[in-house]
Amino acid sequence: MQKMLSHGAVAEDSWTVLQQPVEAIPAGDILVPLIYWLEHRAELSAQAGQVGVWLDSDEEVEALVNDLGELPLIALNFPKFVDGRSFSSARLLRDRYDYQGDIRAIGNVIQDQLYMLQRCGFTQFSLAPEVDLQAAAKSLSDFSDGYQTAADQAQPLFKRLR
Amino acid sequence: MYIYDQYDQKLVDERVEQYRDQTQRYLDGKISEEEFLPLRLQNGLYVQRLAPMLRVAVPYGLMSSTQVRKMAEISRKFDKGYVHFTTRQNIQLNWPLLAEVPDILAELASVQMHAIQTSGNCIRNTTTDQFAGVAADEIEDPRPWCEIIRQWSTIHPEFAFLPRKFKIAVCGSEEDRAAFLLHDIGLQLVKNEQGETGFHVYVGGGLGRTPVIASSIKPFLPKQHLLSYLDAVLRVYNRYGNRNNKYKARIKILVKAWTPEVFAERVETEWAQILARDVDGVTQLTDNEIERVKTFFPLPDYQSVDDAAINGALQAQAAESLAFSRWLERNVRDQKQPGYAAVTLSLKPAGVAPGDVTDRQLESIANLADQFSNGELRTTHNQNIVIADVIKSQLFEFWQLAKADGLATPTIGTINDMICCPGGDYCSLANAKSIPVAEAIQRKFEDLDYVYDLGDLELNISGCMNACGHHHIGHIGILGVDKKGAEWYQIQLGGSANKSAALAKVLGPSLSRDDVVDGIEKLLDVYVENRLEGEAFLATYQRIGADKFKERVYAKDA
Repeated sequence: MQKMLSHGAVAEDSWTVLQQPVEAIPAGDILVPLIYWLEHRAELSAQAGQVGVWLDSDEEVEALVNDLGELPLIALNFPKFVDGRSFSSARLLRDRYDYQGDIRAIGNVIQDQLYMLQRCGFTQFSLAPEVDLQAAAKSLSDFSDGYQTAADQAQPLFKRLR
Repeated sequence: MYIYDQYDQKLVDERVEQYRDQTQRYLDGKISEEEFLPLRLQNGLYVQRLAPMLRVAVPYGLMSSTQVRKMAEISRKFDKGYVHFTTRQNIQLNWPLLAEVPDILAELASVQMHAIQTSGNCIRNTTTDQFAGVAADEIEDPRPWCEIIRQWSTIHPEFAFLPRKFKIAVCGSEEDRAAFLLHDIGLQLVKNEQGETGFHVYVGGGLGRTPVIASSIKPFLPKQHLLSYLDAVLRVYNRYGNRNNKYKARIKILVKAWTPEVFAERVETEWAQILARDVDGVTQLTDNEIERVKTFFPLPDYQSVDDAAINGALQAQAAESLAFSRWLERNVRDQKQPGYAAVTLSLKPAGVAPGDVTDRQLESIANLADQFSNGELRTTHNQNIVIADVIKSQLFEFWQLAKADGLATPTIGTINDMICCPGGDYCSLANAKSIPVAEAIQRKFEDLDYVYDLGDLELNISGCMNACGHHHIGHIGILGVDKKGAEWYQIQLGGSANKSAALAKVLGPSLSRDDVVDGIEKLLDVYVENRLEGEAFLATYQRIGADKFKERVYAKDA
């Protein structure tokens, strides 16, 4: 089974990411594309395994606001690691829409983004298969504190410490 | 100036260690070239034509003498003994070794400096007026606000991978000396009818390939909401800015495509949602924090002086020495505090690349700041250095020392005080060299009487359309272009970076390197022949238009 980082530790990844067009639904936990979710929501709820949704970087989290309570996992894709749109998507899910489930970074995500991704509300990270996850996890704590409010810190530094 | 506390210091120290690890992994082949690129850029490191270049941040242009001495030391230890001051008030090292950059960053951190976000598609160094705190026309000192923005933007978790670079400038005075309308966000400090401080917010300005003057999107933003509003602007840009074409990725393109009105509405909606969630006012700046930051920018204890007597003495000294009087006229500026002056040290002597300074000169600059001011100095977007709060009675002594170190070229604000990018001599983006053009112009116009007669004249040179030399906003702009592998130069006229900002217009076909200086001389001839009494070049151009200039420059020799 694939490995990933989840809540700071190396973990088994039980989820299968389905690409559009979705032809067959495999057994087990699945991450479906947003479009597929919007069209097949009712039938997907009959699935035995867990169902989550993944969004590409140009898709808006606003499309999911009514479904957040039933989704244990939302994945946000990075088609290229320098495409930073999903950072904002995660913050909106956490800060604006109170999403409580896991947010996973998928696609071209690199170790050196982990600290900032985590601050924006990501809890899981699917890094490239060749990455040493144990070593990469260290980058989650590249900094011990930050100035800004974010998903992991409701108060700016100047209100907490100064 | 702002002094780091333990949190500021820790963050900068941790950044050094993060980048040390990244560099090591890159050298070990564990990070690809493509992945390392934005990591090194966001730590200031470019790979240029001949060698890497490291851009060190000088937040809003303010430095201490200790920091300047450290730069001198670094330039000796890790580079070739000189540094370059940029048009964004930063400092560049031209010859560092990639593997040694973490050590350079550690040296910088030891004096509360860094190179964080000096390049890359992130929020860059916030810039402002070099006369902040001492300008007579100041509404409020912009520097505390710049520091508040610096902290907010530093390692901002959401905005490190924007569509493109993002620059913010703050203007605190009537006259604009920060070119704030040519920034992605321009913030103008204003007071409302109740006398409360706020910001007039402009977005979408910028130079580069598509120069645009910023549009007003919010006439009065109350000061406590500064950071949440900036978050809203950046979030809209991060989500909707163009990511397919880097030449269409700056916020100015989005603002233009949507129109400023629609962009303003989108920001307003985003901001309203941020505020609606923030019932406790967490995102608001507190008076406490604003005051805390302001205390780092106190005005010195000015002595009350007999300004008339000092001015009389100065005039007597000026009468004795033509060179001193020229320097007084061009390089010294009165402050709002009587008896004190702000001195501009010129980094533009002929024969030296504009903005370049040696390690020894850096040390002299630090000494001048210690001896004649409070140990602080300001870098300017015109690539010079300002030392403020100099007691006027000490100006003559100041001048003698500055002159001995080659820092008193009396040409500030004249044609020889040109802005100039590093150009094809260093930069891999450049189409043409710019430094030799600057030098040729300075050599041509060595006669200071002629230069003074020409008066205030901004000449800006860029080696390519990325416009690091701000050619669009020069009264005379020179742009290096590539024509079938040869270096040619396009002339533009009528640009201006002040409150009535204007973009220069292309005069006609570009000129060869050999013809540029001659062409400039013809432009100046037309000006001298047509000007009204006391009229500056820009005003004459605006009055008579481009035709006469064009005819002269492109006239076929009979």
